[in-house]
Amino acid sequence: MSSSVLYDVPGPRARSVNVLLAVLFVLVLGGAAWWVLDTMHDEGQLAADKWKPFVTDGRVWTTFLLPGLWATVKAALLAIVIALPLGAVLGIARMSDHSWVRVPAGAVVEFFRAIPVLILMIFANEAYARFTDVEPDNRPLYAVVTALVLYNASVLAEVVRAGVQALPRGQTDAALAVGMRKSQLMLYVLLPQAVTAMLPAILSQLVVIVKDTALGGAVLGYSELMRSAGLINANYANLIASLTVVAVIYIVLNYLITSFAHWLEARIRRGKRTTGAVLTMEPHEQTEAGQPTLPTVKALEPPHDRPGDRPGDQPNDQGQT
Amino acid sequence: MFDFLDLERYDLFGAFWMTVQLTVFSAIGSLVWGTALVAMRVSPVPVMRAFGTAYVNIIRNIPLTVIIIACAQGLYFTLRVDMGSDDQSTAYFRLAVLGLSAYTATFVCEALRSGINTVPMGQAEAARAMGLSFVQVLWLIVLPQAFRSSVAPLTNVLIALTKNTTVAAAISVAEAALLMKEMIENEAQTLVIGLLFASGFVLLTLPTGLVLGWVAKRVAVKR
Repeated sequence: MSSSVLYDVPGPRARSVNVLLAVLFVLVLGGAAWWVLDTMHDEGQLAADKWKPFVTDGRVWTTFLLPGLWATVKAALLAIVIALPLGAVLGIARMSDHSWVRVPAGAVVEFFRAIPVLILMIFANEAYARFTDVEPDNRPLYAVVTALVLYNASVLAEVVRAGVQALPRGQTDAALAVGMRKSQLMLYVLLPQAVTAMLPAILSQLVVIVKDTALGGAVLGYSELMRSAGLINANYANLIASLTVVAVIYIVLNYLITSFAHWLEARIRRGKRTTGAVLTMEPHEQTEAGQPTLPTVKALEPPHDRPGDRPGDQPNDQGQT
Repeated sequence: MFDFLDLERYDLFGAFWMTVQLTVFSAIGSLVWGTALVAMRVSPVPVMRAFGTAYVNIIRNIPLTVIIIACAQGLYFTLRVDMGSDDQSTAYFRLAVLGLSAYTATFVCEALRSGINTVPMGQAEAARAMGLSFVQVLWLIVLPQAFRSSVAPLTNVLIALTKNTTVAAAISVAEAALLMKEMIENEAQTLVIGLLFASGFVLLTLPTGLVLGWVAKRVAVKR
């Protein structure tokens, strides 16, 4: 349901009420913003020397922000690259015809999705310290990646399962009819098609991973982007400014990934060579430490479907999205 | 095997009780703020719509850890917002709830928005035909139905919130993850401690999912 249906085209009275509401809202918002800026000013957080280093002092970027960003990206990429095949194996195992494969795989997936990533990180960090000879310097990275892999492989296993199940039944029937084995059916027919349908969902999961790497910085001391805010603060005593800059970098990075996912999704939906099935993670499903849901399956809709039949892209923002 | 579990020294139940408290207060906060956000996002006033959209898109893309740390170090230390408490640990608890609510509200907003989309157009049209105003249409007709079909996605948000409360460990709120870190560093039984806390969270999230899943089926509007 498009939300413009919630109200009529405003007449003269509704228009004046709307203008009044808009003015009131802007006043409240402006008041809040003024209070924040005023408090910041009182505490000296708006002083030019707190913000100038980000423009004038290149070392802020070369010593802190860029290495931090690289550490974040490195951990996130490692996590998704390792989690993908693992997730595929778990997802396929969960669809197995043999219960001795299906049940343990299901148990693993449900277990790792039910516990917080931070618990996994703390555990992995300690386990590496006690049982392996990983150098202490590398330990946080190992722990962060291990925890993210365990958690996200479980999430991706569900994505793979949903992706395969979204394919038309005829694909399986046809493959079996030409005499393929079950393994051939999965490897040559189902998975390649499911992967294209899954790409947007995988990218959405990448956003979650990028955000979760910050946990490693806060609790394990992994020197990623968020931790570099603390380091900049130690040098320039500009906590609010450095946290703001770091937050903006995260927003831009995640916005780029999300936009790419949307673009890809639209492209796949238009594509002639696929079944037109797309898996998306609706925004409310991609919560930071995840949740046990199947990703939404947009299967078998005609390729030229109407804009606005998905919650994500309906016109209720009236051109503002 | 469990002799490390010195409950005098490690307040296990207190820590999980703190997790529950963080979850409950943040759930209430995010539900209220998320409902307000979704009302803004579908409202006829363009400025409110723009604010709602911008808020959701910005806050959702910031790691929760950054938000929580900004609440503690930015709001408390730098701007001296103490949330009406002289005691630092109480203030940190309240700030953690504030951060969790602000973050989770974006997901509540999206869940409710997808719930609003399941309400047939005719419902709102009929309401408008009877002369109901926007607020009446939203509050009396659309939102009650939207809430009922949003129970399932909201359950997922609640479960994610339960797990996200561990992030409060980053600002030393004495909840489960912080205690786990302390215990696992001091005691030898790494695996047992890991399993203990993991099962604690399974015990918290599993019944939530089962009960609310049942509720979701009961209350969903059959169409």
